[in-house]
Amino acid sequence: MSISRRTLLRNTAALGAFAGAGFPHVWIKNADLAHATGGEIKVGVLFSLTGTTAIIEESLNKATLLAIEEINAAGGIKGSKIVPIVEDPASDPATFSEKARKLVVGDKCVSVFGSYTSASRKAVLPVFERQNNLYWYPTLYEGRECSKNVIYTGAVPNQQQDEFVPWLINKFGKKFYLIGSNYIYPKEENNYCKKLLEKHGGEVAAEEYVPLGHSEFSSVINKIRATQPNVIFSTVVGDSVVALHRQYRAAGLDPEKMPMASLTTSENEVAAMGGDAAAGHFTSAPYFMVYKSPENEKFVEAYKKRWGADKVTHFVSEACYFQVHLFRQAVEKLATSDLTPPNIRDAVKGQETIAPQGKVRIEPENLHTWLWPKIAQAKSNGQFEILVEAKDWLKPVPYAAYPGQVCTDKGLVVEKS
Amino acid sequence: MDQFIEQIITGLSIGSILLLVAMGLSIIYGSMGIINLAHGEFVMLGAYAAWMFHTYLGLGLLASLVPIFLVVAAFGWVIERYVLSLLNNRPLDTILATWGVGIMLQQAVRLMVGSELRYVQLPPALSDSMDVFGQSVSSYRVFLFVVAMALFAATWLLMNRTTVGMKLRAIIQDRSVAASFGINAKRVYALTFAYGAGLAGLAGALVSPLKSVSPDMGTGYVVDAFMVVVLGGVQSLAGTVASAFVLGELSGAIAFLQNDTVAKAIVLLAIVVLIRFRPEGLFTARVRA
Repeated sequence: MSISRRTLLRNTAALGAFAGAGFPHVWIKNADLAHATGGEIKVGVLFSLTGTTAIIEESLNKATLLAIEEINAAGGIKGSKIVPIVEDPASDPATFSEKARKLVVGDKCVSVFGSYTSASRKAVLPVFERQNNLYWYPTLYEGRECSKNVIYTGAVPNQQQDEFVPWLINKFGKKFYLIGSNYIYPKEENNYCKKLLEKHGGEVAAEEYVPLGHSEFSSVINKIRATQPNVIFSTVVGDSVVALHRQYRAAGLDPEKMPMASLTTSENEVAAMGGDAAAGHFTSAPYFMVYKSPENEKFVEAYKKRWGADKVTHFVSEACYFQVHLFRQAVEKLATSDLTPPNIRDAVKGQETIAPQGKVRIEPENLHTWLWPKIAQAKSNGQFEILVEAKDWLKPVPYAAYPGQVCTDKGLVVEKS
Repeated sequence: MDQFIEQIITGLSIGSILLLVAMGLSIIYGSMGIINLAHGEFVMLGAYAAWMFHTYLGLGLLASLVPIFLVVAAFGWVIERYVLSLLNNRPLDTILATWGVGIMLQQAVRLMVGSELRYVQLPPALSDSMDVFGQSVSSYRVFLFVVAMALFAATWLLMNRTTVGMKLRAIIQDRSVAASFGINAKRVYALTFAYGAGLAGLAGALVSPLKSVSPDMGTGYVVDAFMVVVLGGVQSLAGTVASAFVLGELSGAIAFLQNDTVAKAIVLLAIVVLIRFRPEGLFTARVRA
């Protein structure tokens, strides 16, 4: 009997390994590229293809590979092909760190594109700082970080909230119910939101955090009914977003009177919860799939052609896409012999490119990105309608909630008050 | 007062979802003594079945409930027949085996339909809210409560008023004596496991309009289900019902007064303390060793 148990275990392990390798089309594609003749520029692609956040990171992997393929199809960078080395960190911070080390030390990649969660970014940070390599992080995040080894192409709190919060107060009222998942990102966003509320005469009805992966919101909805806020300010993430929206809808609450205002609900989340549950709620982000620009039309078309007509692009996958193009521009400035991560970092400072959302620029001081804030309302067809577009791009201020702290190219400077 | 009634109703609703999810486990763990770690995956299969029936066949949720029960029960039957019974249903071996089966089911779903989150449409007839004791309550949540009670009644009748139920109870009392009276223990075990799996599948389908559907959704449910069954007392179906509603009211109330993070911690702590002083759970059915 013990033999059959062992056989079973072995089979389980084999299946696990097979599943871990997953998504064969990605791998076959890479195998082709690996045989490219001439010069090669090796980069790492580090998004989870299995585990809890695979749901979203898979789309980031796809957007990154699309940009790399486009560049290679156009002749590469000064004749050299970009060779992506795809690793699957399985949604586990420890594995992220291990795979990052493999990509940087073992494969000698000159840059790595990766991470969705802050936890995974924090896990790989020591690797990149010790090896003086370069990590490209596409996700909106809570700010309050100032590394010389990370290029941040997602929004920081000031870029999502500076316009959004006053706009919400004007349109719906000053009473905000803050709800988020229980970890660092929602807490930092809410810190900044509370500052803005104070500045613009708003008030906090309640501030509440639910466990990650939480899916029972009936008590929260009772509390919302009891406090009657004007706006539900949501930084709930993952499956919880879907549960919150669907239960809000089932409880018969009305988005016209008490909308949810989110920093995290993208086309991806809307597709997961269904347009009927999302309709009427608001999101602030630099990019929406419906945004009208020639660059975006090209991006959406290429993405659908490569990965399937039912696929959506969203504000994180857009950043994945344009950051690879920024990488290309930086490498173009360098001689082949100078191709090291610190040189790429210096070359990308102040670089501009026309991204699908508009013209973006890497801020030389803090390596974050100038972006174009937008406010949009979800529609029942699963897309957004953009209601407000910023007149000007907005400077990234990663320490906006912490007066006296500034991220500079010398590192974090704390002014004594 | 209004808020109090509202909160009691919320607790009943949370409790009915817990009961739906735990009932299948209560049968399998309680009666057969199998610690079925793949229980969450049966819930997940049910939710995906609901999604597939809707997406590919255009069937509404209510119309697909019976087929979903049958499909997931068939899965359960196959797993009992070709994995668990070959291990003679020994507890330690089956923990490992069901855990492995769970991983395989998760990855199989991931490979076949992808890892995107899915959702299931609320049945249109139940998408409004209705009036219960002067409170506006989501009709679908009321429906879940009614279904949970109906399934409990059906399960109780099955266990206590049918021949299969009687045979199962005989096997639980003493397997070898039951066998010597001509009861086919293997067959009864397979049927019981299939029934438990089918119930889990139904639970998955029923909660899917309120929650999200993803390949790893089962993990949370299996923990909840074990808490309910352990607190209620193994082998006691009525205990499962009582403990589901106790846990529902308790976590709902603490979540309202404090928040969900605190509720989760306190509820877990309360169970640990209770098990320390009453290892057999709230209710016990007397069984000959």
